[in-house]
Amino acid sequence: MKKLINEVDDVVKEQLEGMAIAHPDLLKVHFEPTYVYRADAPVEGKVAVISGGGSGHEPMHGGFVGMGMLDAACPGEVFTSPTPDQMYEAAQQVDSGAGVLFIVKNYTGDVLNFETAAELAAADGIAVQTILIDDDVAVKDSLYTAGRRGVGTTVLAEKIVGAAAEDGYDLEQLADLCRKVNQYGRSMGMALTSCIVPAAGKPTFDLGEDEMEIGIGIHGEPGQKRMEVKTADEVTSILANEILEDPAYSRTVREWDSENGDWVEKELTDEPYAEGDEFIAFVNSMGGTPVSELYAVYLKLEEIVEEKGMKIVRNLIGPYITSLEMQGMSITLLKVDDEILKYWDAPVKTPGLRWGT
Amino acid sequence: MTTRDEIVQWLRKLAGVLTENKEYLTELDSAIGDADHGINMKRGFDKVMDKLPSVADKDIGNILKTTGMTLISSVGGASGPLYGTFFMRGGMTAAAKEKLTGEELLEMLQAGVDGIIQRGRAQPGDKTMVDAWLPALAALKEGLADDAETVDALRDAVAAAEQGMKDTIPMQAKKGRASYLGERSIGHQDPGATSSYLMLKTLLETLDASETETEAG
Repeated sequence: MKKLINEVDDVVKEQLEGMAIAHPDLLKVHFEPTYVYRADAPVEGKVAVISGGGSGHEPMHGGFVGMGMLDAACPGEVFTSPTPDQMYEAAQQVDSGAGVLFIVKNYTGDVLNFETAAELAAADGIAVQTILIDDDVAVKDSLYTAGRRGVGTTVLAEKIVGAAAEDGYDLEQLADLCRKVNQYGRSMGMALTSCIVPAAGKPTFDLGEDEMEIGIGIHGEPGQKRMEVKTADEVTSILANEILEDPAYSRTVREWDSENGDWVEKELTDEPYAEGDEFIAFVNSMGGTPVSELYAVYLKLEEIVEEKGMKIVRNLIGPYITSLEMQGMSITLLKVDDEILKYWDAPVKTPGLRWGT
Repeated sequence: MTTRDEIVQWLRKLAGVLTENKEYLTELDSAIGDADHGINMKRGFDKVMDKLPSVADKDIGNILKTTGMTLISSVGGASGPLYGTFFMRGGMTAAAKEKLTGEELLEMLQAGVDGIIQRGRAQPGDKTMVDAWLPALAALKEGLADDAETVDALRDAVAAAEQGMKDTIPMQAKKGRASYLGERSIGHQDPGATSSYLMLKTLLETLDASETETEAG
């Protein structure tokens, strides 16, 4: 294993200490338990937006803490979900009294830990809501699996929901917007190489020199299929078509209902995309793929979307939800309406995303 | 009767057993999960060992609840909230108790497993820890109903848990990260069912050891 690290056990801690020193105007870091929070939290009268998950996906989530995005982020060990005490104490730290929205990626560990935290926070009198992000179309059925994983749409949801919170949305409005963004977003990823978790010291999976894996998650989970490496155009076509032709997707999600103080099951169906739809296109590097290659992907993606009578109206291109040093990329398309576009364009000031300020 | 000291002894032994099985559990997890189950369980029980001295003279409910809270805040992954809930819910049934009858032990385990099912929403056959726990509870219940000694009923329960654990091998996972493998999850033993079996087996060994001691004494 060749990595730019000091001690394996210090990877997450040193990263967070470095962030705190680099961006004191934007964020602070709390240890025991670990969470990153806005330097000016709690923001008077504003609903707080909190997310979190395993480390190794930087800049997500800690790099998205700041004005117009997250109020707090709870990082776990590399690829391991954080624990409820982190989310619970982060919620106490950033809640202004207007409530807290947990944005949770759909991984069993993240879900169970955030659910436990939501119960703890609610028992403490904090108004809390949870919204699940499950946008990975590589997972076909929800009945026999833990459902679609939360991937690229998470970044877009954190941006859009964070801006709406800044604009004065209440907790319920914010939860509705976040659920809509999730239902409008679809993603799929691929890998050319595996990644190496520092504590494991060896590649998570073996991929031959001339092989690639289509439909991977962001933790080196196995994908849909393995095949010979293809050109950027061919790979882009595979992913784009899976996303654009994905049929209606139904599943039951469990959300915390702050009104009644209990879990409610909701049956959700994401409608397929249709001619005339407009998108934010997000071409993401898994960490090891250079931005230059992402632009070639974007070139082809734009062409495919246009051919279908749809249109990309905004884009985000770069490494934002990564998988350590993995070579590979993911494509996310998020259908937009006026509300989503308004909050996408709104100002944001975080270490990872910054515009309009 | 299961005494407070035996519960404390069980947790101590369990920390050792999980340390010994760290590589094994992680290896099972690397086949169908994310290769951290043994590492996470060891980290959690190391923390429990740090906390145990401060509550070892409290009632069983308190000891189990402290164990649960400690696991919840230190294990992470799916097993942290699942085992944390197990010990917390189990602890609630043992509040203010310094010893447990066979029925009370069953009640404690049953409440814990109900908590696991509620939190994880797993059904029997989903290839999870539930597949080890449910047959074990059924065997324990049956044994106690037949007036068997607690330790003998528990011996049957451990055998049922072992069988349940092995029965996860041909199952296709429907919960957790393993579920994404679809049919590729078939042929591997579930790591959560394995750690659950180890928990119950260690409980039996603890009670067996103290019984032998009593006889010898």
